[in-house]
Amino acid sequence: MTWEPVIGLEIHVQLKTRTKMFCRCANVWGEDPNTRTCPVCLAHPGVLPVPNRRAIEWTVKLGLALGCEVAPRAVFARKNYFYPDLPKGYQISQYEQPLCGPGRFVVPGPAGDHEIGIVRAHLEEDAAKTIHVGGAAGRIHGAETSLVDFNRGGTPLVEIVSEPDLRSAEQAKRFLQLLRQTVVELGISDAEMEKGSLRCDANVSVRRAGEAGYRTKTELKNMNSFTFVARGIEAEVERQIATYEAGGEVVQETLHFDPQTGSITPLRSKEEADDYRYFPEPDLVPVAPPAELVASLAAAIPELPGARIRRLEQEIGFDLAEGLVTSGRDRLYERVEGDRRAVANVIMNQLAGAGVDTERVDPAELGRLIEARERMPRTVFDEAIGRAAEPGFSAAPYLEQQAVSDAGELEPAISAVLAAHPDQVAAYRGGKDGLLGFFVGQVMKATGGKANARVVSELVRERLGA
Amino acid sequence: MTLDTLRLTAEETAGLIERREVSPRELTGAYMRAIDERDGELHAYLHVAGEIGPGVPIAIKDCITTSGVPTTAGSRILQGYVPVFDSTVFARCRAMGLPLIGKSNMDEFAMGSSTENSAYGPSRNPWDPERVPGGSSGGSAAAVAGGLAPWALGSDTGGSIKQPAALCGLVGLRPTYGTVSRYGVIAFASSLDQVGPITRTVRDNAWLYSIIAGRDPLDSTTVDLPEQVRVPTAESLNGLRVGVPRELNEAEGIEPGVTASVQRAIALAEELGAEVGEVSLPRSVEYGLACYYLIAPAEASSNLARYDGVRYGYRAEAPADLLDLYERTRWEGFGAESRRRILLGTYALSAGYYDAFYGQAQKVRTLIGQEFAAAFERYDLLVSPTSPTVAFRIGEKAENPLAMYLSDVLTIPPNMAGLPGLNIPCGLSEGLPVGLQLIGPQFSENLLFAAGHALERAIGFDPVPERLR
Repeated sequence: MTWEPVIGLEIHVQLKTRTKMFCRCANVWGEDPNTRTCPVCLAHPGVLPVPNRRAIEWTVKLGLALGCEVAPRAVFARKNYFYPDLPKGYQISQYEQPLCGPGRFVVPGPAGDHEIGIVRAHLEEDAAKTIHVGGAAGRIHGAETSLVDFNRGGTPLVEIVSEPDLRSAEQAKRFLQLLRQTVVELGISDAEMEKGSLRCDANVSVRRAGEAGYRTKTELKNMNSFTFVARGIEAEVERQIATYEAGGEVVQETLHFDPQTGSITPLRSKEEADDYRYFPEPDLVPVAPPAELVASLAAAIPELPGARIRRLEQEIGFDLAEGLVTSGRDRLYERVEGDRRAVANVIMNQLAGAGVDTERVDPAELGRLIEARERMPRTVFDEAIGRAAEPGFSAAPYLEQQAVSDAGELEPAISAVLAAHPDQVAAYRGGKDGLLGFFVGQVMKATGGKANARVVSELVRERLGA
Repeated sequence: MTLDTLRLTAEETAGLIERREVSPRELTGAYMRAIDERDGELHAYLHVAGEIGPGVPIAIKDCITTSGVPTTAGSRILQGYVPVFDSTVFARCRAMGLPLIGKSNMDEFAMGSSTENSAYGPSRNPWDPERVPGGSSGGSAAAVAGGLAPWALGSDTGGSIKQPAALCGLVGLRPTYGTVSRYGVIAFASSLDQVGPITRTVRDNAWLYSIIAGRDPLDSTTVDLPEQVRVPTAESLNGLRVGVPRELNEAEGIEPGVTASVQRAIALAEELGAEVGEVSLPRSVEYGLACYYLIAPAEASSNLARYDGVRYGYRAEAPADLLDLYERTRWEGFGAESRRRILLGTYALSAGYYDAFYGQAQKVRTLIGQEFAAAFERYDLLVSPTSPTVAFRIGEKAENPLAMYLSDVLTIPPNMAGLPGLNIPCGLSEGLPVGLQLIGPQFSENLLFAAGHALERAIGFDPVPERLR
């Protein structure tokens, strides 16, 4: 019997508002430590929080994009625990009445849509950053000194909790990528995992295929890239399956995935679980987003990535459509004229592969290049692609360098290649059609990339088909 | 000229300044001399600032932050803490030119009814130094009653302005929740804390309230006042419907002398034209105190979490690790009452207990509000004693927290409903002041001032302690 992974994600998105969540300190990244602080975000005695209106609006916007219900009345709550990065001794978060309630986020897949349930999306403040000096691995245990940088403390954070509706690491990664792209396009966050402006924890359990209900779950903390999320989940799923198959039991615990070694180690077990003593934040009044505001925010939401994948899929197939949309490169794709598949392929495989910033590419010039691609020597085309984002780039000088299409000029090279590979020739004649590409590649190599590949292909086929 | 700091009202003082009969320097000098003379005994101040300024000098309770001036909230854990910003209320005083005389003593973090919980020793009642001035704003009340300040700001959570005003023979207003900014007021219980004036007269009180009240963008729980504050002139109570809540006037533990004094005041109200009738608030009195002692400690346990020795204030020496730093800093920095309430509050908020305690108390709080609202359909104001007793002896209740908690049994119910309450002195019992509590609907401060003023004139109470006359 097979095992089925059951995965839910908890995602934190740092909002790029101008100021922090409850004070008017600048919300910026990478400044000198403790230079973006004030009595409020340092929790001096007597200070009070004043909520950031923009952050509330953006959370509503994100909730709408996730198909969530926007609460008519949301309440901030205090989450109490002691840690040096939490200056008040509590985090202002939301508990029983979050801004955004249940929703469904549609994630297109190659074999149809997956509807991933959203439990909630709520607004809270981020903790400061603790840096442990000395001791092992930057952990507090064994550290000589711990330093706190309060610049990040009090910056706005949206927490999104999904239902355990994800059934594979791949699906989880796909969901997360689409969510990231949605957030970026809403203009509310940079959502960069490496910088921590997008963070992901995963709740993982497994069950026998067909089994009702859920088994014990574990929580994988802070995986800071899409790849690590997928690898972490995969490793944890395997560990749990192995545990059950060896007759063991999975324990509820919080785990750390080490991408270097691929190992999973416990951070803390449930016995140590904190009691956060949530209660409604008495320093703030409930938030009641007016219906007109919600309506105007909803109206301002552009066509979302999920819908665009489905639309583009009709033209270029799922994989290219998903790749273009989740990387944001579909903006360029939509502006370049020409054969849809060719355009998509060039953008996803060649432009992206060459590390070209697609936002800076002139669509008209790129369209010309793609249109002439088969008539150009491969090396020339590649060079042009590499420079496509340079200011004032023009396709014209590259288009002049036509590829060699004259059969007379190409014949000697083709003859030489066929003579040099009698075995392959025999195999091709025996029915191995796939070798055609091999011959074309050899001819291209022999001509220094200057041959027109389509013409070469026809000529080779003619010669061998005889 | 010689200034009688024991008798001068803020209004009279302002007149002297305006007519240039006294200079700001002379004025501050007079209070500094009074402090030299009597504060050794009264210990009303934790820090004397002695500022000179164009307005009427003021004493500020030590839980109200004053930029550059030490602010400890009566706690060892904030010993040496100097705020870098002004509270909104003090900023508003400054904007009116009121110089700061000093920071007045208080029960630690405003938890107490006698100032005996101050880490820096108790204040004493100017009427009888063997007795407490009440609390937690006892220092503010002792300063005004002892002639060490013409007026003062206090803060009130469960009765911390009204009760000390009562015990020291002064006028004290606990304003409607949300009318006075809490920005810069060191929090005890956020949903109950409210700053208000302690003064010698009702007119002074209205004036000071007009200075500090009004919406503050830095405090989301504040609102615009529905009407301007009026300094009262009323001399009659014609047509005023005054309700006497049975439970607040017949509660167990009210001293006979207090009842007698309050009943005389009620009779006087009738003579002034008020229509007096009985009303019942059964739930408010039966459950008010219990709910208060769930909600206030719960909020306090969270509000006091920031005192961890990491960023400011007291820090335990040579901590072994983070937990040791937290435990010893907080054990050594907090007094017994603060620790007790942190424990009570932590328990009340714990998983599995929240619904039964904090959640339930909030529901009862709503019921208390409804009960008062029903009473205000029939009456404009309600009256009762402010404190069940006159000032008690220092040490008398210090070892019995429950007896101390009962000091606030009459002030807590209206506080739970967010209602304004005004204490005015209404006579003496055993030579000590008795306070009358006037309770009004939300935002009825003007009515409280008007009625308080008419009664004050009719009662003719002399606010100067007999032994200092």
